[in-house]
Order: sequence, then structure tokens, then C-alpha cells
Amino acid sequence: MIRYIVRRLLQVIPVFLGTTLLVYFMVFALPGDPIAALFGDRQPPQSVIDALRAQYNLDQPFIVQYGIFLKNLFTLNLGVDFTQQPIAATLARIFPVTAMLAVEALAIQAIFGVAFGLVAGLRRGKLFDSTVLVASLVVIAVPTFVLGFVFQLVFGVYLGWAKPTVGAQAGWGDLLLPAVVLGLVSFAYVLRLTRASVTENMNADYVRTATAKGLSRPRVVLAHILRNSMIPVVTYLGANLGGLMGGAIVTEGIFNVPGVGNKLYQATLRGEGPTIVAIVSILVLVFVLANLLVDLLYAWLDPRIRYEA
Amino acid sequence: MAENLGWAGGPRRRAAGSGAGQRIGAPLVKGEPVLEVRGLSVDFGVEKEWIPAAIGLDYEVRAGEVLAIVGESGSGKSASSMALLGLLPSNSRVSGSVRLAGQELLGRDQSRVRQARGKDVAVIFQEPMTALNPVYTIGNQIVETVRLHNEVSPDEAKERALRMLELVELPDPGKAFRSYPHQLSGGQRQRAMIAQSLSCDPKLLIADEPTTALDVTVQAEILDLMRHLKDKLNSAVILITHDMGVVADLADRIAVMRRGVIVETGTAEQVFAAPRHEYTQALLAAVPHLGQGSEADADVDITAALASVTGVELEAVDADELAARERENESALAAIKAAQGRQGTPVLELRDVAIEYPRQGRVPAFRAVEGASLTVYPGQVVGLVGESGSGKTTIGRAAVGLLDVAEGSLKLVGTEISGLRRNSRELHALRRSVGMVFQDPSSSLNPRLPIGESIGEPMHLAGVAKGAALQQRVETLLDQVELPRSYRNRYPHELSGGQKQRVGIARALALEPKLMVADEPTSALDVSVQAKVLELFQGLQRELGFACLFVTHDLAVVDVLADHICVMQHGRIVEQGLRDAILRNPQEPYTQRLLAAVPLPDPQKQRERRELRELLAASGIE
Repeated sequence: MIRYIVRRLLQVIPVFLGTTLLVYFMVFALPGDPIAALFGDRQPPQSVIDALRAQYNLDQPFIVQYGIFLKNLFTLNLGVDFTQQPIAATLARIFPVTAMLAVEALAIQAIFGVAFGLVAGLRRGKLFDSTVLVASLVVIAVPTFVLGFVFQLVFGVYLGWAKPTVGAQAGWGDLLLPAVVLGLVSFAYVLRLTRASVTENMNADYVRTATAKGLSRPRVVLAHILRNSMIPVVTYLGANLGGLMGGAIVTEGIFNVPGVGNKLYQATLRGEGPTIVAIVSILVLVFVLANLLVDLLYAWLDPRIRYEA
Repeated sequence: MAENLGWAGGPRRRAAGSGAGQRIGAPLVKGEPVLEVRGLSVDFGVEKEWIPAAIGLDYEVRAGEVLAIVGESGSGKSASSMALLGLLPSNSRVSGSVRLAGQELLGRDQSRVRQARGKDVAVIFQEPMTALNPVYTIGNQIVETVRLHNEVSPDEAKERALRMLELVELPDPGKAFRSYPHQLSGGQRQRAMIAQSLSCDPKLLIADEPTTALDVTVQAEILDLMRHLKDKLNSAVILITHDMGVVADLADRIAVMRRGVIVETGTAEQVFAAPRHEYTQALLAAVPHLGQGSEADADVDITAALASVTGVELEAVDADELAARERENESALAAIKAAQGRQGTPVLELRDVAIEYPRQGRVPAFRAVEGASLTVYPGQVVGLVGESGSGKTTIGRAAVGLLDVAEGSLKLVGTEISGLRRNSRELHALRRSVGMVFQDPSSSLNPRLPIGESIGEPMHLAGVAKGAALQQRVETLLDQVELPRSYRNRYPHELSGGQKQRVGIARALALEPKLMVADEPTSALDVSVQAKVLELFQGLQRELGFACLFVTHDLAVVDVLADHICVMQHGRIVEQGLRDAILRNPQEPYTQRLLAAVPLPDPQKQRERRELRELLAASGIE
């Protein structure tokens, strides 16, 4: 098991190098001059342009730039962005916000998705099941930005239950409304996945055995049906965690959440290569670790899967 | 004799007071009725209609007695027994009366049934792989049962579970306790299932096809185990099965079910010796039993043959009688020795063949067959027998070029195929001279093709017939397998299992093959259906004269069909020879063990056989 984890962690190295190289290439080797864009319509003196180019190593060949980027990364010197702010400080500000948002959204999906899915699966074909299925279909079909604006308007403006926008100092409570919007779509998928899995497992032979042993219905449902139904759901939730950490550009935009999605969007508009590459580097790590976590959970949930190193 | 397996002396606080859930207190006395069933009916709601599965069943089971409920699929034997404990799906309806030690289990109050489950009545299910929860260890599942019905500490429950695992003769109880179901073999899983069922000293044990998924030698051991446990506990047992051999081995009384009705009941001796109902008679006649080969006068007395070869004496049989039977066996053997030398170019010839499953990722290559040599001459039926994992199916697949030969030579219709690439043109051409029939008729036919197209496809691909000629040929094939011509526009799901397998045979015959490879073609079928399919197969073989490699685990089936038998164990052919030579004079200990393990559908003969098997086992034959 330990050897398996070490092997998986070693795999991070080529994945990390490959993705950062690709992102670096796409950001810096594309047409358009980010320095010129920085000054808008004004024409700065050539000496200023040259100094900025030298500061961001834009005068070096591409592969040298990438080498310098890696060196700086490993010495934990992320440098400054085009507005001369230290990138490390920006990251330290935006990632906790997005992490909070992601955790809330994930908790909403997991708790409500599994609970509704379980009940719907056990009462397949009954009223609750049909209602939930139709409702989840509606949620899946409506685009996030529509959902976001509707929620903002109804709960934020008309009812005043939550602040319509989050702003600079984001707390757990402030993030609840955007987390609900962000979690809703995946909630519908988790629900449907759980329902399908429960429906399949509730007629399994071992469930009949559990009943024949004399176990009470709640015990049969929780220890035997639900436990065995969680395997595909956990896989989906884990894969989702990576996506949520990447920031939701639309949702963070609507609610003005100062998180990763918002920052990434702004940096992309401005062609701020250093910021984009720094954010993406961390996201790569988050994705790889989330995947590893899913695989380990998988083996824990289903002992038939064992990873030999 | 009523020795209790558990802690019968210990205080049972929970059971002490409450009336409804009261446990039958005193140890069971042999012969007292434990379960009385009156007018039990079960219906299933299918598309707003009630379809009866069992109608007005009456029976009782006494302590220390095994009642076998026998019937084919769809007879309602399983459904009616699951109804006793309310284990049927929600679209079912149960009526009648079920009294367990005088207490009514059916009716409005579901709590009585729930309390009886696991404690007073335990169930052993058919398929131990799916009947045990794959995500919990064996120990965990048994401890769950023990702690549910007894107020004991986790340590006591663990000790109890370990004792049960030891009782069911698992080789390493501690290891089994920590194992997950998939880490055990089929037989070990069924033992673990039995250990769980018996962990609370049930008064009644319902065994639903407990050995159907197991190899014969394992089946024999499990049946022994159940017999010993029943004698020790004095429990009542309901044995649900379709296998007459199993019934003869274990049952005291028999109830024969057909289409939801009990058509005959009686003691085992009565039913086997003088079946009254015509369905029982037909059922018994359909059972292929070992030693009752193709020619009527060539009945082989396996018990005598084994006794003679191994030199044992049986208590159940008079010594003089046994000697006479042995002599009879020897003279018959001498008579066949002279007969039958085969000639012609072999259609299939294996010389020292080894077959490997190639390595996949980190799983190393696995050698499934080693040093196998066998020959199939034109018109000959060779039976390839072995238990699961013996490599018999692997040889069948390699014979049609579906697996590569790692070593040795494999000649198909005189052409060496061991060097050919798997998708080569030569191999494709050669495959036209081989037909293959698969084990599961439901999954080996394309569900979206009408059966006429399935049968016609090989001819279409080989380009031997087109249009009207093709249609005519399909009709001829349907006639040959005795299916109505109109069936050719039907889809597989509209056919019964036996009919589907007939389609499989017709498809295999489409290109008039020189060799037919049949991989367990009847093992998924009911006995009476199996008998008809085997009869058809035999007729076709005689008429069309194709050679056949018949792969099966069922010695009795090979016995009916084969001229020549190869016995496989652990990837090697351990013994081969003419059918009578193998059955009358088995030389290898493994063959002897295999023959002795096949139960006979006759209680008296089965008693002899069981004693013989115990003696063989005692003399240390592995």
C-alpha cells in the first residue's frame, strides 16, 4: 500500500512538468504582447518596455523562460505580477476562499445527493422518486448562470436571506448561497448516481442474506445497501473536488467571490502569464492528489480492489 | 444426542420475557414437528395480474429430519421457501399458515418473522459469492449475526465465530475470519455461509440449492458436513434442489413440486423406489446417472469398479455380493478391451501442448494447461472432464484457435495451427471446419438478431450460401434441431433455455463442421431439458457423423455421450481412455475420487457410494 502511494506520488512529477510546460507555452508563445497591453493606448518609452521585458524574462528564448520559471518555483520565489504585487500573496488570499466554497459545495452535494438518492432508490417508482427525478432533470437542464442570477435575485435581493454579493472578506456564511448554486448541478448527478446504485444493490443476494440473518431494516439499508452503493458515488465526488477547487468562473463572477476562478479570469484577460501559470501549477497538484485520494477511498470501500505496488 | 453447538446453557435475557418473540426453549427432540405449513400460496404481481408461484402447499418438517423439495426451474420451490421468512420481493402476495414450533409466522405482525429470522430459522443460499456481502470480512458478517441474536461482548462473538468456522472444517479458521468473500474458493465460501447460518443454533435450516454452484468433490464434502451438523444439532432441514443425486444423499422425505403444486410426497425410499406420479417418474428417468451409458446392456457398476480397483471392503454391501459384482465388472471390461481401434486422419490432435494466458500488466502469465496430448478421430466423441480451474475450457478454446499454443503441436484437420497468428487468413479458413456450442445459451446468441439470422450468419460470412439457398439451409437446420421453421423470425428472449441451446447447436452445425467443440452446453439447463438436448445431440452426431470434443464437469453427461474420456486436473490430463475403461477400471486416484463423489439418484446405492468415498478419503487419497 505504501509503495503504491509512493509510486502514485512519483507519477506527479511528469504530470506536473507536462502540464506546466503546456500552459506556459500557451500563455507566453501566443501572439499579442502582454507588456504593450499593459499600457493600453499610451506608448511608453522603449527603455521602460525593455526593463519590463527583462524583469519578466520575456527577452529570453521560450525554453529558457520555462527553465527560469521552474527554478523560481522550486526556490519558492513566485515573483510579482504585472501590477508589481507578489504572486505568492495573491495565491494565499484566493485559495482559502475557493477552498471554503468548494468544501461547502461538496458537502451540500454529498449529504443531500446521497440522502435523496437513497430514499428515491428505495422507493423506486413512487411519488417521491418521480418528483425528485423530474426536479433533478430541471436542475441539470438550467444553465448555471441562470440559476446563479435567479438565486441572487430571490434569496439575496427580494428575501434578503443572504448577501447578494460576497466581496473582499468572505466567511463561511457569506459563501453559502454561491455554494448552493455551485453544488446544485452536481447534486443532481450525485442523486441520480446514488439512486441507480441503490436500485441495483437493493435486490442483491447479500441484501437478502442480511435480511434473512434477522437484521432490522435500517441496519440492512445503511450497513449493506448504502455502503455498497457508495463506490461509484465516491469516485464522482472525488473527481468533482478537483473541478470545484479550480474555481467556478461563472459562479464566482456572479457573486463576486474573490477566489481562484475570478482571479484566473482576470489574469487571462490581461495576459498575466506568471499568475496563470502559478495558479495552474497548484491546481495540477490538487487534481493529482484528489485523484489519489479517490483511488485510496475506492480500495477502502471495495476490498476486491487492491493496489499492488 | 442433542448436543448443543453453542452456549445453550448461557442466559438469554432478551428471550426470557416477551411472548411474541419467545424462542423455542427446550432442545429439539427428534421427530417432533418444527415447521407446519398449511395452504401456503404465493403469487407474484406481474403487469397488474397475479401469477401464482405456489398453490396450497401443505407439509411439515420434523426435528432431525431433512425434507427435500424437488422441482425444476419455475416450479415454485424457491419462492415458497423464501415466503416462509418473508424474503420475497415486494411484488409478491403470500397466504396460508406457517407455524414454527406452534407460532404463526404469517399475518399482520411482521415482528415475529423478523425475530425468527437468523435465530430460529437460518438460510443457506445458492451462490455463496453473491450471497455474502463483498465489502465485509467473513468474520465481520458472522459476528454481526451472533451479536444480533445474543447479548455478548465483541470478543465472545469473535470466539464464537471462530468456533463455527472450525466446525465447518475450514482449513485455517483464523485466516478465513479475516478474509473477504472473494479471497476464498467457492467451497470455502459455502462453508463460511453455513457457519454463519448455524451460528445461532437454528431450529430450522433452509438450504436453497446449497451445492449447485460447486464441483462434485466439493459438493460431496459440503453434503457430508450438512449431514453431520444436522445429526449433532437435531435441526430440521428443508433442502431445495433440482439434483436427484443430492436428494438421495441427504433427504429423509421428499416433496416433488411442479408448476406451484406438490405432486407427490413420501419418504426418500418410497419416492426413489416407486414414484407414483408420472412427473416424478419422468424426472427420475431424465437424470443422467453415471454408469448408465449409451448401450442399454452396458450398465457400469461404478461402486463395484472402484471397490475392485482400490481393494476396499464395504460394510453396506455383503462381501460375496460385492465380489460377484466386481467379477461381472471385470468380464465386461475384458469384452470391450478388444473392441474399437480408430482410424483416419485425426480431426484434432494435441501433442504435449501447453497453453498460457499472457501476462497483463503486473499479473504474470499463467500456464493453464501443461503437456496435454489428446486425439479426436473423425466421428468420435471425446469427453473432457474436470473440475473448475482444471484447464478443460482452455483446451476447448485453443482447439478453435482462440488461444495461442505456447508449446507443443496442435493440429486441426491435419493442419498445424500452433504457429499461426491469431487473426491469420489460414486460421479463419480452418475455423470453418469447426463448430462451437457455448455454455450459456442466453448470452451466446445476439439478442438483437432473429434466430434465423444467427443461424445463417456463419454461412453468409463464409459465402457458402445466399438468398433463397441460405433460407432453405436455415430451415433444414431448424428441422434438424427439432424447432418449428416459423421460429426463425423470433428473438432469443422469446425462447426457453432449451430452445436457445438448440439454436446454438444449429448455428454450430451450419457449416457442416468436421469437429464440434461443445463447452458445457447443458450445464445451465434443467434435467428434463438437458436430457432432451443430449438426446438430440446424440441423434445428430450419429446422423451427421461429426467428431466432438465435449467439455464438461458432469461425469454423468460424458458417460452418456462419449466414446473416449480425458480426465483433467490442475492443467494436466491425468488419465484418458475408452469410456468403459475409465469407468470400470480407473487407475488414477483423482479419477477414482471424482467418480466416487458423484451422487447416485438412489438412496441405497448412494449409501454404498458414500461409505466407499469415506474409505477412499481415509486411505489418504488426495
